[in-house]
Amino acid sequence: MRMDLIQPFIGSLDAVLSEMMRAPATIADLAMEEAGYRRKGTAAVVLFRGQIEGRIILDMDPAAATYIASLLADSEVDPSDPIVPEAVCELANMVIGNAVTQLNDRGFQFKVLPPSLLKEEQVEKAGEDSEATILCFETRQGSVHLNIAMRYLARRSHERAPVAVG
Amino acid sequence: MKQFEPLTRKSDSQPVRYLVVDDSVFARKSLARLIESFGGQIAGEAGDGVSAIAEYARVKPDIVLMDITMPQMEGIEAVERIVQEHPEARIVMVSSVGYQDNILAALQKGARHFVQKPVKPDALYEIIRYVLNDDGVTAGAGEEHAR
Repeated sequence: MRMDLIQPFIGSLDAVLSEMMRAPATIADLAMEEAGYRRKGTAAVVLFRGQIEGRIILDMDPAAATYIASLLADSEVDPSDPIVPEAVCELANMVIGNAVTQLNDRGFQFKVLPPSLLKEEQVEKAGEDSEATILCFETRQGSVHLNIAMRYLARRSHERAPVAVG
Repeated sequence: MKQFEPLTRKSDSQPVRYLVVDDSVFARKSLARLIESFGGQIAGEAGDGVSAIAEYARVKPDIVLMDITMPQMEGIEAVERIVQEHPEARIVMVSSVGYQDNILAALQKGARHFVQKPVKPDALYEIIRYVLNDDGVTAGAGEEHAR
């Protein structure tokens, strides 16, 4: 996977987490995952269509998800409150939207579909046909994982273009 | 939460009325809290572009805060449709997706301004004040304050 496609997501997650949690977040791990996706906590998925296709999953430890929900709600939130997954979707929207902005401004043309909560039946399917890059950020409230599986299609179509022979 | 100098309508001194359009309930709640801190009133809410068009016609708000990426109909198309029917509409785009082509498209369709998420309250307040003052809807709270 191209690092220039991943870099904006790292920067965006770092910036948004640091701003919202009012404390720096550190990258604890970066790994490739070929096996099926395993959810760690509350997860939201965002799909891409266009020159870049694929999906990104933002997956948060329950404590981190609850903390973000409390910050966004501006009040103490219970871990079982339905607002918690909603907050994870909104955070995914901010992180991925900011990264997509940078990529589009660099000339990559693609569309983002609205974030949705990753449901149990989607979990296995989410990792079945693509190698993913997984970033793990550590915050004081727990881990935040970004699972990125994207393909740059424009080059492939260029490579498939007819070649004059003879 | 920080309280801002209330923005009121010049015509009747009533709070500015907002239509908030975002598919995320959470984002709508966050914006509603900000609007409250600006001294405004929520006239209506919508979760997609189609509902936004209907809701605009129903509540005739002073200003609309509109997300871009939404199901059914995206924000930019909704702006175009609303402005076609209501040329006086004041719409500020509030979205995490803020690349130049998107902003340009929104402005070309009739949006007045753009604010990127995560929303900074001071920035949103200033933009709303600018848009409303520009149309003479508000008395220009900042100008009065300066005097």
